[in-house]
Amino acid sequence: MPRRNDIAKILVIGSGPIVIGQSAEFDYSGTQACKALKAEGYEVVLVNSNPATIMTDPELADRTYIEPLTREYVEEILRIESEMLREAGRGGKFALLPTVGGQTALNLAVDLSDSGILDRYDVELIGAKLEAIKKAEDRLLFKDAMTRIGLDMPRSALVNNLRDGVDFAGKIGFPVIIRPSFTLGGSGGGLAYNREELMEILSRGLDLSPVHECLIEESVLGWKEYELEVMRDLADNVIIICSIENMDPMGVHTGDSITVAPAQTLTDREYQAMRDAAIRVMREIGVETGGSNVQFAVHPNTGRMTVIEMNPRVSRSSALASKATGFPIAKIAAKLAVGYTLDEIPNDITKMTPACFEPTIDYVVTKIPKWQFEKFPGADENLGPQMKSVGEVMAIGRTFKESLMKALRSLETGKKIGAELLEPKRLTQRLVTPQPERLSYVRFAFRQGLSVREVARMTAMDPWFLYHIKEITDTIAKVGEQNGESITPELLRKLKRQGVSDERIAEVWGKPTNDGVAEVRELRYRHGIKPVFKLVDTCAAEFESMTPYLYSTYDEEDEAAPTAKRKVIILGSGPNRIGQGIEFDYCCCHAAFALKEDDYETIMVNCNPETVSTDYDTSDRLYFEPLTLEDVLAVYEHEASSGAEIGMIVQFGGQTPLNLALRLKAAGVPILGTSPESIDLAEDRKRFGKLLEELDIPQPPGAIATSVEEALAGAERIGYPVLVRPSYVLGGRAMVIAYDSEAVSRYMKEAVEYSQERPILVDHFLEDAVEVDVDALCDKKDVVIAGIMQHIEEAGIHSGDSSCVLPAADLAPATLETIRTYTRKLALALNVVGLVNLQFAIQRRAGQPDKVFVIEVNPRASRTVPYVSKATGVPLAKIASRLMTGRKLRELLPEQTASGRDLETGTHFYVKSPVFPWNKFPGVDMALGPEMRSTGEVMGVADNFGEAFAKAQLSAGQRLPLKGTVFFSVNDRDKIHLVELARDYMELGFQIVATEGTANKLAQAGLVVERVYKVKEGRPNVVDLIKGDRIQLIVNTTQGQDTFFDEKAIRRAAVLQRIPTITTIAAARAAAEGIEALQQHQTNVYPLQHLHADLPSRHTRYAPS
Amino acid sequence: MQAILALEDGRIFRGEGHGAKGECYGEVVFNTSLTGYQEIFTDPSYAGQIVVLTNPQIGNYGTNLADNEANKPYIEGLVTREFSPVSSNWRSQQVADEYLERFQVPVISEIDTRALVRHLRTHGVMRGVISSIETNTDAMVEKARAIRKMDGTDLAKTVSTKARYEWETDGPDPLSQPKVLELAASAEDTRPDLHVVAYDFGIKKNILRMLSKEGCRVTVVPAETSAEDVLAMGPDGVFLSNGPGDPEPVTYAQENIRKLAGRTPIFGICLGHQLLGLALGGKTYKLKFGHHGGNHPVKCMDSGKVEITCHNHNFAVDPDSMKLSDVDLTHIDLNDNTLEGMRHRTMPIFSVQYHPEASPGPHDSNYLFRDFRNLMEEWKR
Ligand SMILES: Nc1ncnc2c1ncn2[C@@H]1O[C@H](COP(=O)(O)OP(=O)(O)O)[C@@H](O)[C@H]1O
Ligand SMILES: Nc1ncnc2c1ncn2[C@@H]1O[C@H](COP(=O)(O)OP(=O)(O)O)[C@@H](O)[C@H]1O
Ligand SMILES: [Mg+2]
Ligand SMILES: [Mg+2]
Repeated sequence: MPRRNDIAKILVIGSGPIVIGQSAEFDYSGTQACKALKAEGYEVVLVNSNPATIMTDPELADRTYIEPLTREYVEEILRIESEMLREAGRGGKFALLPTVGGQTALNLAVDLSDSGILDRYDVELIGAKLEAIKKAEDRLLFKDAMTRIGLDMPRSALVNNLRDGVDFAGKIGFPVIIRPSFTLGGSGGGLAYNREELMEILSRGLDLSPVHECLIEESVLGWKEYELEVMRDLADNVIIICSIENMDPMGVHTGDSITVAPAQTLTDREYQAMRDAAIRVMREIGVETGGSNVQFAVHPNTGRMTVIEMNPRVSRSSALASKATGFPIAKIAAKLAVGYTLDEIPNDITKMTPACFEPTIDYVVTKIPKWQFEKFPGADENLGPQMKSVGEVMAIGRTFKESLMKALRSLETGKKIGAELLEPKRLTQRLVTPQPERLSYVRFAFRQGLSVREVARMTAMDPWFLYHIKEITDTIAKVGEQNGESITPELLRKLKRQGVSDERIAEVWGKPTNDGVAEVRELRYRHGIKPVFKLVDTCAAEFESMTPYLYSTYDEEDEAAPTAKRKVIILGSGPNRIGQGIEFDYCCCHAAFALKEDDYETIMVNCNPETVSTDYDTSDRLYFEPLTLEDVLAVYEHEASSGAEIGMIVQFGGQTPLNLALRLKAAGVPILGTSPESIDLAEDRKRFGKLLEELDIPQPPGAIATSVEEALAGAERIGYPVLVRPSYVLGGRAMVIAYDSEAVSRYMKEAVEYSQERPILVDHFLEDAVEVDVDALCDKKDVVIAGIMQHIEEAGIHSGDSSCVLPAADLAPATLETIRTYTRKLALALNVVGLVNLQFAIQRRAGQPDKVFVIEVNPRASRTVPYVSKATGVPLAKIASRLMTGRKLRELLPEQTASGRDLETGTHFYVKSPVFPWNKFPGVDMALGPEMRSTGEVMGVADNFGEAFAKAQLSAGQRLPLKGTVFFSVNDRDKIHLVELARDYMELGFQIVATEGTANKLAQAGLVVERVYKVKEGRPNVVDLIKGDRIQLIVNTTQGQDTFFDEKAIRRAAVLQRIPTITTIAAARAAAEGIEALQQHQTNVYPLQHLHADLPSRHTRYAPS
Repeated sequence: MQAILALEDGRIFRGEGHGAKGECYGEVVFNTSLTGYQEIFTDPSYAGQIVVLTNPQIGNYGTNLADNEANKPYIEGLVTREFSPVSSNWRSQQVADEYLERFQVPVISEIDTRALVRHLRTHGVMRGVISSIETNTDAMVEKARAIRKMDGTDLAKTVSTKARYEWETDGPDPLSQPKVLELAASAEDTRPDLHVVAYDFGIKKNILRMLSKEGCRVTVVPAETSAEDVLAMGPDGVFLSNGPGDPEPVTYAQENIRKLAGRTPIFGICLGHQLLGLALGGKTYKLKFGHHGGNHPVKCMDSGKVEITCHNHNFAVDPDSMKLSDVDLTHIDLNDNTLEGMRHRTMPIFSVQYHPEASPGPHDSNYLFRDFRNLMEEWKR
């Protein structure tokens, strides 16, 4: 069956902001889908609220809507687009592809369909039909379906109230699994060992489930867990792309499990039975076309196999499977959705053979999740049926050992492998209870002499995996008895073949320094022990591969001779994490696109399977490798061996490549763009301070301390409040605002460890200062300011955690001018070539001119680059990479360079808002601070600030109320602004509820206010009101330790009731404006392409890629 | 234990020896299946061949009696990237290493199997020697050159059963406990009501299992059994099995097939299919490096659907040579358009080049055994 010609236009729905359970993998799948559909000549319309995605680049669709993924906004888009289709008069249907945008897109499609909107605009669902989606997603329908086709499932019952849940659990016995219907990443799911736990988890689950129902299920804890990635076409051809075995057994979400592809411990009979089952599931559920993911559990001692679930869409695992096999599931899925059959589509990698086959691989792939509990003190760190990791790494090796070790060092835990802080006394508990550190404890257990059998019993991990881990620990121990002179080449080679890093070897030899590592490298070279590079080719070398998708391994033959073309190596940003997310991958991809256009051979190095950068057709050559000095150098030396002109870009991958920059340069790698020295200078407190003095640019007064006394003295001198933090930190790790000496000494005593080399930084904390983010381009000669973003929240809230607006909503022209001057001075002084990001804090005092302070300068691509690019229509990262290869601003941005004007944003406002994982970590304090904790961001566009802000809030999951009651509870510092703010809300028609202190203040000002008890004071208290739906909006600014408990209770209740909570006065003001706009009852949507068309012409716009 | 693999063209690989200490000789072929190494070890079609497995982790789940395709391994030697000294699976009865040692099969591991596969892909299959006793590589290359060529050799005779026997299921299948594994069976068991005589050119047990699952009583007969003797058994149908080596020299079988054609339903697999091709006047040829794996897309011309199939053949029937033979070409390999199946237009005869019995491999083509059953039933009427 060939291409469907009856379809003219296709709407693709993205997955929205990065959240736990839905990460960059859906930018990868969405991007592939858009490309494929466009290539097929369809008119592609895209909606996604996340500006930091490649898929929302204007080139990828005919019209790109960065709008809230809610029924009303998508309906508006459907209305406009179907009208256009009709007016075009060329005929053809309007279709909607819901299967590449994760659970978000799937749920939205179901909603649009149930509410009759799809019918109203005559839109056809392609990829998966409504019935299929429901059958797969509705746990009860799914169970019936499985029973019909004779497949085993854990016993379960669907409940929509506590009592039924408890009764059923009584029947099947604890522990039981609780799983809410229609939530992603198992949100609200859990494992209950007793009645009490059940009540708690179940009530949360019922709340989170859009259909208010949960499945209570027999536990199959400790069984082996498998996933099969399945594809089906309209001719009912079904193929398995990849089998994945979870090393962590059932009970740990696959997203939180270490997983291995292909499955390692199944005989052919077992595997084929699973394959048959998966195919039956596919047919029974009726997924017509595309990729699905089916999960199984297998009893380790009886082989009993049960189905766990199926996802009728591409998923995190299908992204992993695509990267693991070289088979582009999402791309093929899109083609199948428009009618092609698998045998009609060629295999990209071999070109000669069709896509209708089952990839076979001659290497092993290991994926390890990355968690960040350190950012959420008080969060439950036990891993269970609900996903908690924020990102993942994948590694390819010829053996399991090699891939496991490569994956481990890809994680960048900062901790030296094997040198983690372990608590020997808790060994058993650490092995039995799954937590992020479990693998370290497994290795530790073997060092302690435990047997594979013992560890297997405690972890329920398959002995086969454990055996290999033990082998590695044993070899390392052997090497420990040797030294650089005594070790035989054979042993050294064996160790490297087992994937052990030079760093680890240097460590066991007691020299964990840069020199120590270099010595090991020298030793290897002397013995000629170097990695070779092999191809990922979908077919285990049976056919020739046309696609250089490479991985390193310690084997004989190198298959990937470098070309003689001039080339640029781009270092990616590694695993997704808070503070270093998809925005950096976006920049890396753009570097590849731009330099490919400029006729460089582009070479990507990255280890994150979720990303677009690790798609084999993003760059000319893809190295799927850890981002460590050893692995990057290996790639460089391999590529440089051709003698061709070569350079490396470290500016786009966030902190990860920057941390390597100096050492890479020292090792002779030509670094393009801003020199590592400048980067280092900007990070070095003392030297940077001096530079600022020379340029006389003010900076908050600060001090450096290596002792409690010094800290206190410093704080006294510069004046409270102060901001204390360790030097060299990212994402504001371990930053605290101290209002008095006692807080400072507490911090110094308890919070952090510090040393002469790693002192503590004490800065005067600028209160109520407006924070501003600036992104600028520089080529050593000229500077063009790309965007001056005004934060909504005041300085003190991490730039990544505060909403901001382009253009700056209300900064005095003079202030803007100062900011520009400072920016230019600094960019030039630091010899920036490419991008630079600056953060300013602006103190406003009535009657006095604003005072502008520099907070920090990052001579690299920043988190805001994609957002600014979307707002200005100028692909900043592309221009930056061209600057790094020697081109000039005068040529690339002539007007702005000449006129000195910033890039324009036209007549619209673009608001960026962060998204937080609170619902994954119930009970964690939601107060914002200098430590970043948001996982993703969204953008709202409108022709006025209020509406733009409201849309951004909506996209971020905060639906601002149009009427009702606002609860105020603000700290004393904020009380000055209180009255005016409350008045705004009353004028908008809201009632006010407040706690004692706040209420008094309002009453004095003559406002009508209802008083309510604090939690500890009595009942009915504020939490009762929240639970009773008496409150529609919460304005609660943190009041410090004493009331902390109250706030926790309030915010937790708010999360459960989905009541928007605002934690700063500034945001409350913005919200008021937003509500005012919303009250006009308009739903306006703006395609990016139109917004950009309105901007003054720039030839860099839509640079072809 | 050290071991060396030497190819006839002088290429040498040095690795670790496992399995039996000693030396083995054969044609070196690679198989790309991800699962089912035990079925591959014990598939008689591999007689005379040293098998390279592209899956780098072999031996993980050990071996067990139930998964044997014959009572002993038939591969001459095994080449793998890593060979697991331990096994982990609830069904495992013996570690793969010990199993192969017991049956005198040498193994070489820790070599760059991908490099070897690329070598074979470019230069075609060639003869080779694995040795854990010889260290003189020149001598080994000489030995490799001295190995008798596959082409023109009748190996079917050597692996075939010496005496006829009735197939009894190989005991209660330990796999049938967990209900779900029964999915493997495409048909519900029926009591035998048809009699099939199966020529053993190196037959795999799973073929016999599938036939009896389809309700057939199976008599297995030696390769050289005459058509007359077979007909004398009054069969409802005759099955031509898979097997090793070159079909051309197996002239006696081609003779018998010609006599049987049209007088009883015939179903052939692999070597059986090639012998049919020759018997019906076609030609066979040798592929550069053969088809060995579990992921080959084969298009079924009747249904238009694609089956993912298990392959193990170095020879193939030349489709052009069948033009005059009054057959329909029913199955084509989508990777390289090799002829994978045919059906006679007038006589009750059909055959496939690949392995519908799988084991190892996907079950997509199990239906062919049902087709055979239906063919026999029609013929009876
Ligand atoms: N019956 C069960 N017993 C034990 N663990 C389970 C059970 N069902 C699911 N799990 C665990 O919970 C995880 C999430 O369940 P799943 O059905 O995959 O939901 P999701 O849609 O979040 O992926 C699984 O990966 C598995 O580890
Ligand atoms: N002196 C200061 N006064 C007020 N707020 C500050 C000050 N220094 C830092 N901050 C706040 O802390 C946040 C993080 O500090 P920053 O230096 O940007 O660290 P990071 O490198 O993590 O971005 C900033 O975004 C800002 O909101
Ligand atoms: Mg799942
Ligand atoms: Mg910052």
